[in-house]
Amino acid sequence: MISMNKKIALIGLVGLMLSACGGSSSSMMEEDMPDPMITYSYQVTVTNLTYAQPMSPLALILHNEGQLWTVGEMASVALENLAESGDNTDVLADAIALSGKSGSGLLLPGMSEVIDVSYTFTDVNNAPMMLSLATMLVNTNDAFTGINALGINNLAIGESISLTTSSYDSGTEKNSELMATIPGPAGGGSGEGFNAERDDIDKVAMHSGVVSVDDGLMVSALTQAHRFDNPTLAVMVTRTE
Amino acid sequence: MNMLLSQAVKKTKKIKNKALLLSSALLFSTTTISQVQAQELDIKVTNLTQGIYFTPILIAAHDGDTKLFKSGEVASAELQMMAEGGDISALSAMLTNADKAENPAMGLLAPTMSTSTMLSTMDGNMYLSVVAMMLPTNDGFIGVNSWMIPSEAGTYSFTVNAYDAGTEANDEMITGGGAPGAVGIPAAPGMDVGTGGTGVTMTEDNAYVHVHRGNLGDDDLTAGRSDLDNTVHRWLNPVARITVTVN
Repeated sequence: MISMNKKIALIGLVGLMLSACGGSSSSMMEEDMPDPMITYSYQVTVTNLTYAQPMSPLALILHNEGQLWTVGEMASVALENLAESGDNTDVLADAIALSGKSGSGLLLPGMSEVIDVSYTFTDVNNAPMMLSLATMLVNTNDAFTGINALGINNLAIGESISLTTSSYDSGTEKNSELMATIPGPAGGGSGEGFNAERDDIDKVAMHSGVVSVDDGLMVSALTQAHRFDNPTLAVMVTRTE
Repeated sequence: MNMLLSQAVKKTKKIKNKALLLSSALLFSTTTISQVQAQELDIKVTNLTQGIYFTPILIAAHDGDTKLFKSGEVASAELQMMAEGGDISALSAMLTNADKAENPAMGLLAPTMSTSTMLSTMDGNMYLSVVAMMLPTNDGFIGVNSWMIPSEAGTYSFTVNAYDAGTEANDEMITGGGAPGAVGIPAAPGMDVGTGGTGVTMTEDNAYVHVHRGNLGDDDLTAGRSDLDNTVHRWLNPVARITVTVN
């Protein structure tokens, strides 16, 4: 809305200037008229369904091509960063993103967050086609969950899509569950986040869950409380504009 | 409107011109309905797990009376051969009128990998089933039982859960035993194969095909109860994705 108001103000200003000059032809007016701006807005409600896995600040992007990850292919460095440390900066800055929005902070278990994301454009063919979402389960080595290239191009204003998400392993860090490798609170606050080394299978797969010290991994910093099952998020996407 | 997609049967609509098929039906009036409506299918199976291998996969388009397995029922001897040892020959031999693909991956389908094949719904084979043993498990398998193949052209995708045939105790000991009734796991391809396990359990009290409870594993490669690694050989459902393109 703000950008629309600015546009209207700008058009008004141009009109005043032209009339002040006097003698301007009306055809020139038309040429100088900017294309009408179109805005598509989506409200995304995300609920953390886990028992004790806070989610790192959500990365939400609108895009027209590509996807954030592919099972069987190497994770991008941007995704590796998100999955190992919870830092969403590079995913939000991904070249495929038309528009991106970060969550306000950690999304704690049982909590919901509403994020509005929009994209303004002039060419009607540039309407956003896909929505993607990614967040780290912070009490893990490199688990993440989210939505990969959800088709939103047929969503009319007021319509919603609801879905739940499964969890993936970026394949970039071995699931040692050692305290020094868990960036979330289970790692005591000093666990390492991103590390450029890739010492796991180096392909994105579905996550096999955490083992924890209570289920037979004696070196694990995790407890039974950090175990999770699919699904891990509930998401509702509503087009609002 | 709220489209619930949690079970993820995604559909991409395509425009399909059926006029040609209809006109050939008129020309050849003896042609049966099922032949007229036959669809050519591209079928892709993706292993979604991080550490589990699939043994040779059996994929079949068959009629509504055929079943490779059914959860809640006792496994057939043919299913047991597949689930305990990865041998699909007996199950495949049951499929006399089906269009089937045996072992499209030409061996093991490694974690995160995909394989594809083509089938036809000719002769009323309107149902899709897929099975393959999961390694390393005692008698775990991926299973799709009689998914109804859509007649509308498009790409359809759904996920698959892991089942337990209920025919062998999940002792998690890698013994090489793959023959029906032989205890133990035939092999553990890939990483972190253990030895010296004492056995997680010696009984299989649920003899019906059921959703697999997963591997347990342990953190000692040379001792403990399991020969499996609890950070490598576990999984959460779903374990596979099937993508069917109806042409």
